[in-house]
Amino acid sequence: MSESNFQFKGSVVTTILLEISHFDEMSLIAAIENKVEQAPNFFQMAPVIIDLSKLDQVINLDEFNRLLLHLKNLGLSPIGWRSHETNKPAWQDEVSLPLLPASKTRATRLENNVNQDKANPDVVIKTVVEEKRVAQSSKIISKPIRSGQQVYAEGDLIILSSVSPGAEVLADGSIHVYGALRGRALAGVKGDSNARIFCRSMEAELVSIAGNFILSDALQKILWKESAQVLLNDENLDVVAF
Amino acid sequence: MAKIIVVTSGKGGVGKTTSSAAIGTGLALNGHKTVIIDFDVGLRNLDLIMGCERRVVYDFVNVINGEATLTQALIKDKRTKNLSILPASQTRDKDALSQEGVQQVLNELGKTYDYIVCDSPAGIERGAQMALYFADIAIVVTNPEVSSVRDSDRILGILQSKSRRAEQGMDPIEEHLLLTRYHPERVEQGEMLGVADVEEILAIPLLGVIPESEAVLKASNQGTPVILDTESEAGLAYDDAVHRLLGEDRPLRFLEVPKKGFFKRLLGG
Repeated sequence: MSESNFQFKGSVVTTILLEISHFDEMSLIAAIENKVEQAPNFFQMAPVIIDLSKLDQVINLDEFNRLLLHLKNLGLSPIGWRSHETNKPAWQDEVSLPLLPASKTRATRLENNVNQDKANPDVVIKTVVEEKRVAQSSKIISKPIRSGQQVYAEGDLIILSSVSPGAEVLADGSIHVYGALRGRALAGVKGDSNARIFCRSMEAELVSIAGNFILSDALQKILWKESAQVLLNDENLDVVAF
Repeated sequence: MAKIIVVTSGKGGVGKTTSSAAIGTGLALNGHKTVIIDFDVGLRNLDLIMGCERRVVYDFVNVINGEATLTQALIKDKRTKNLSILPASQTRDKDALSQEGVQQVLNELGKTYDYIVCDSPAGIERGAQMALYFADIAIVVTNPEVSSVRDSDRILGILQSKSRRAEQGMDPIEEHLLLTRYHPERVEQGEMLGVADVEEILAIPLLGVIPESEAVLKASNQGTPVILDTESEAGLAYDDAVHRLLGEDRPLRFLEVPKKGFFKRLLGG
């Protein structure tokens, strides 16, 4: 019954980026005009993002507005702008044009992919999905995990402190403990046999990877109170110093 | 606004009530208006340690149920100025403590007192949770042995997840470790955990180390807080802890095995 008449979707569009490195109004406008005249059809109504992130000076609001007007007169349609990362102009909130976030390295890489794989859209989708998965996957905890607490991560679990005896940490992926591991650690709980457990000091009650576990008694005979990693090797758990 | 201090441990018999009485008295001795509340409904002990058991008429649960006013239930300490005690009920159980009731009493006390010391019962059930829920500061009393350390660790987890400060996303409770019944000889012989071992596992700042002392049992039986016994090591160590709680920097004492004197050695003592 809940049929919707619209959908919000994410989309990647290639646009023209006008990157300005030095602002000298007269010569800049003349140069842009010259460029546009070489291919008037290409630039007609073309969306443009004005990028001031590489600009070596600060311009004022009037200068920026005049630039906007000139671009519109030349037939371009500015759709957004980027300011300098650190040296943000005081008037940035007064501009009617949307302020876009600075181009990140990853975003640029994504754009490059789009350009390269124009002919093969399937590949583009794959790349985007993978990036999203990596960004969400690990959980980072900086406080000690106390006795009786249980922490679960869908991807990797990274603990910057210690895991107390009687605490339990679980992850679909690997577990990294940058302190002493004194409680139970279960990695690859959904069956990932490539998951591993790393810790600064191995004092665990139990370690398990993909359902294969060893208890404290056995661990003490292999390695104790040393930094260690635990990995699965044909249904056998290897505990090795590292 | 009054600071609410919970004295807690998880495990029983580690010295929560002794510490509550000593620290509460110490705060009052330093000029802060202080009230100590016994949260151990059904197993009332604080009144004995404070020596006011014969003056209990109304109690904490009476006040929560509106059967008595706070002024009626509060017992003014006879030895120490600025100090009052709110005793627990002996005939009821922990279910008598409602969160709204406790909050109301604490709000009311907060108007007149600088410090409210909540003496928590053992365990992690309702009584203990009510005692710690509204706390600003927690003093975690721990003995240097593994089971006490594990229970303290558990209670620290509860402080960080089930207190008002945690639930409402406020600044976390200020946590302090108070190591009690410390026996330097036994630590040296490896029978007991040392200060460093406990600190490493619990990873919270150390407020003080109270040495095992006969003075503690004597003081309890006499109904005098041990901090008033200025000749005992335990009393002095509590005094140090109170000053550290108030922000003073004091070095730790009584951690070393006392050196045997010449005569003692001569006599083989």
